Amino acid sequence: MTQKIIIIGAGMATGRALEQLIETDPDAYDVTLFNAEPRGNYNRIMLSPVLSGDKTYAEIVTHSAEWYEENGVTCRFGERVASVDRARKVVVAENGDELPYDKLMFGTGSNPFIIPMPGHDLDGVIAYRDLEDTELMMSMDDSNKVVVIGGGLLGLEAAAGMAARGVDVTVVHIMGHLMERQLDEAAGYLLRKALVDKGITVRCQANSKQILGENGKVRALQLDDGTELPCDLLVMAVGIRPNVKLAQDIGLAVGKGIHVDDQMLTSDPDILAVGECVEHDGAIFGLVAPLYDQAKVAAKTLLDEPATFVQKEISTKLKVTGCDLFSAGDFAEGEDREDIVFRDPARGVYRRLVLQDNKIIGAVMYGDTADSNWFFGMIKDGTDIAEMRETLIFGPAYQGGTPMDPLAAVAALPDDAEICGCNGISKGQIVAAINAGADTLDAVKATSKAGSSCGSCVGLVTQVLGITLGDDFKMPEKETVCKCTDLSHDDVRKLIVAKSLKSIPQVMQELDWNSPGGCHVCRPALNYYLVCAWPGEEVDDGKSRFINERVHANIQKDGTYSVVPRMLGGITTPDELRAIADAADKFNVPTVKVTGGQRIDLLGIKKEDLPAIWYDLGEAGMISGQAYAKGLRTVKTCVGSDHCRFGTQDSTGLGIKIESEMWGAWSPHKFKLAVSGCPRNCAESTCKDLGIICVDSGYQILVGGAAGLDLLEAELLVTVATEQEAIDVSCAFYQLYREGAQYLHRPYKWIAKVGLDWVKEQVVEDLENRAALAERFRYSQKFYQVDPWAERARKGVDSHEFTPLADFTKVAAE
Amino acid sequence: MTDFIDIGSITDIPVQGARLVRTAQGDIAIFRTASGNYYAVDDYLEDKAGPLSNGIQHGEMVTDPMRNWVFDLATGEAQGADEGRVTTYVLKIEDGRILLSNAAIANQVAAE
Repeated sequence: MTQKIIIIGAGMATGRALEQLIETDPDAYDVTLFNAEPRGNYNRIMLSPVLSGDKTYAEIVTHSAEWYEENGVTCRFGERVASVDRARKVVVAENGDELPYDKLMFGTGSNPFIIPMPGHDLDGVIAYRDLEDTELMMSMDDSNKVVVIGGGLLGLEAAAGMAARGVDVTVVHIMGHLMERQLDEAAGYLLRKALVDKGITVRCQANSKQILGENGKVRALQLDDGTELPCDLLVMAVGIRPNVKLAQDIGLAVGKGIHVDDQMLTSDPDILAVGECVEHDGAIFGLVAPLYDQAKVAAKTLLDEPATFVQKEISTKLKVTGCDLFSAGDFAEGEDREDIVFRDPARGVYRRLVLQDNKIIGAVMYGDTADSNWFFGMIKDGTDIAEMRETLIFGPAYQGGTPMDPLAAVAALPDDAEICGCNGISKGQIVAAINAGADTLDAVKATSKAGSSCGSCVGLVTQVLGITLGDDFKMPEKETVCKCTDLSHDDVRKLIVAKSLKSIPQVMQELDWNSPGGCHVCRPALNYYLVCAWPGEEVDDGKSRFINERVHANIQKDGTYSVVPRMLGGITTPDELRAIADAADKFNVPTVKVTGGQRIDLLGIKKEDLPAIWYDLGEAGMISGQAYAKGLRTVKTCVGSDHCRFGTQDSTGLGIKIESEMWGAWSPHKFKLAVSGCPRNCAESTCKDLGIICVDSGYQILVGGAAGLDLLEAELLVTVATEQEAIDVSCAFYQLYREGAQYLHRPYKWIAKVGLDWVKEQVVEDLENRAALAERFRYSQKFYQVDPWAERARKGVDSHEFTPLADFTKVAAE
Repeated sequence: MTDFIDIGSITDIPVQGARLVRTAQGDIAIFRTASGNYYAVDDYLEDKAGPLSNGIQHGEMVTDPMRNWVFDLATGEAQGADEGRVTTYVLKIEDGRILLSNAAIANQVAAE
């Protein structure tokens, strides 16, 4: 006999359940369908194509009025359910109607989460949930500005849809990269690039503070750094919450969502729930695939057929034209996990597979997702990929047969296969060049041009050399930056400039990094190369710096820090000394020591005290001595002609001038100087990175000394007549080193590589180049000669570094 | 039943940053990685490594600033040739708040 079922909510999950029910047994139930929205079921996930104009609302309606009528469904659209009397098994409608049921199904969906910040209730602040929201967004045009909060799937689809209509859209995202739940940093970078190309402004790591209004209507979003982003409409797409209100009111078991078992039954066996409102085994659901699975199970349960809902791996794709991305499974790095990464910078392609026990457990793809289903299938099936591991990342077209070694793969390429995309050089042309006598990589580069532009094909060119020459060819040994790349430091530095790369994720993508986010070796090196290449641009990433440079003090073995104020040329005053002594007293500094660089070191300071001690030292006019920096350290001096009977020049004064001009600069490694007033060399100029020895006729400038792990006497670069020349040569030499040396090489190592003669050519003989180098150095100094202590002690920069998040020591002591 | 205690907002820690939670028995470092995951591990591995909150993060790993040991933040295991494991604690994110397992703090107290 026919039973009565009442369904609350006409959404995608209940719609599918209804279809299944009616298809299997149209006479089993007499159906009444409530929906708060004044319409039936439409394909909610297709709202984005409606927004962008690719589809119309009519095209996304899944169940028309006719369909409901033909299938005998009683529709009560635009009506809410007021309550349910479970004891009497009666639903009470808003208008007071009481409707008896045998079975009840909840499909109440979810509510968008609205951040309760000031101004959230202004007119023009909306979520992205239903047709009404979509229509509001569709009313925007090229005279409007819109801010979207949330750089997840929904927020980006909303942003792209409006951008396609000419709207000036800004996406504000709290995390470091877009879609961080589905994408890693590298894919997030590519996505951002594509969206920026569409004219969308993207601001990551941006915290919203409040929404500003005018006459009750939204005017702008204010970020916590004070920035105001004007807007006519503000869309919040920051997540959803299962809508459990009614279920909770009537006493069903509710957690984050309505609790259901494997049969989609709630804690009341006559009540089912499906869709975004449910919680199953601790999980809630927002993507469509599991909702459809739930719908099928619910329909079977209603027909007393056995069925079990099982949570499966889910995958994500973004519905934005021109942004092909795919994400599935688990792509966090881990101890027993390995990554296979493939990047094609020219095409903007990134593929990453995460392997565990010879199975793919996660995949992230950007740019070319043609094979995503094949990979997803293997994730779901847990396919053993050991056999095809070598060629796995290239997709199904490259599988089968015996695993190829990379050389064989290159050997198998036809002669007209393009190897060097930049210069359009085919394999045949490279082979011809080799046969004509080019038997080294450099010779091939010179004669065929292959590999001479962006350099990303150098690996392939080398393999062609290997195949063509056979045993005669030795693969070149190259010192790479680290295991994350095949490129050398030199290559990376050149490519950063040549390709105008300005962020670490960008370098990693464009230069084909084979790890998703680098390591502790390459990140600080890349950060320095960016800082050096692009002064004045916001490229410095503190998170890629070693702790000392992040907190501007030297970490000691017990986790405390040491603090060294700057004393130009090693000259101090009684007032400075008193301030240092006061600070040492106030902060109970256990050790006060004079350093080898003629400075005073306060050792044993607690990290959280750093800003306070800097504040006190700053009050006395002192700034950071940067004794922690891969950068300019100290200029040691002797007392010179002012006091010393042997002094030939004012060595102290020159030292102060040089240090005044050079402090604050970053370099590949630390850089120490000294100025001695006569050849007796009391300031020990001959073992410094740059040392000056004053003589009667002028100034001898010595470079490349060392007195550390290696002991090396500095060599004479040039003797100049005037102080100004000495300063200019010093700046030019430092800049040449800054621009050319590999990270963590002191000048002596770099000079050993490039040769002192070449250095002389650059800064001694070529006066124009000397001037240009010095000018580039001085330009860079405009941005980096900022006292980092004052910024932290007075302006609160990086305050999170110095204060604990929470302190329970006092609680525990009670 | 695990009880949780609210230790702050998810935005109190910058991306790829770390902050400390002080307990009577020692500091716990709370990490936020580039992929938006949060982890709680002991700041020190006694006599071997730390303070890890001061290390450089890469992926779901952190490199110890003193000896360059690399630790997996999820498991606490030292990577490569180094052997050791820092204690990890249960942590969850709800409504933009970071919740740390009460046991992380309670155990530390109980251990006294």
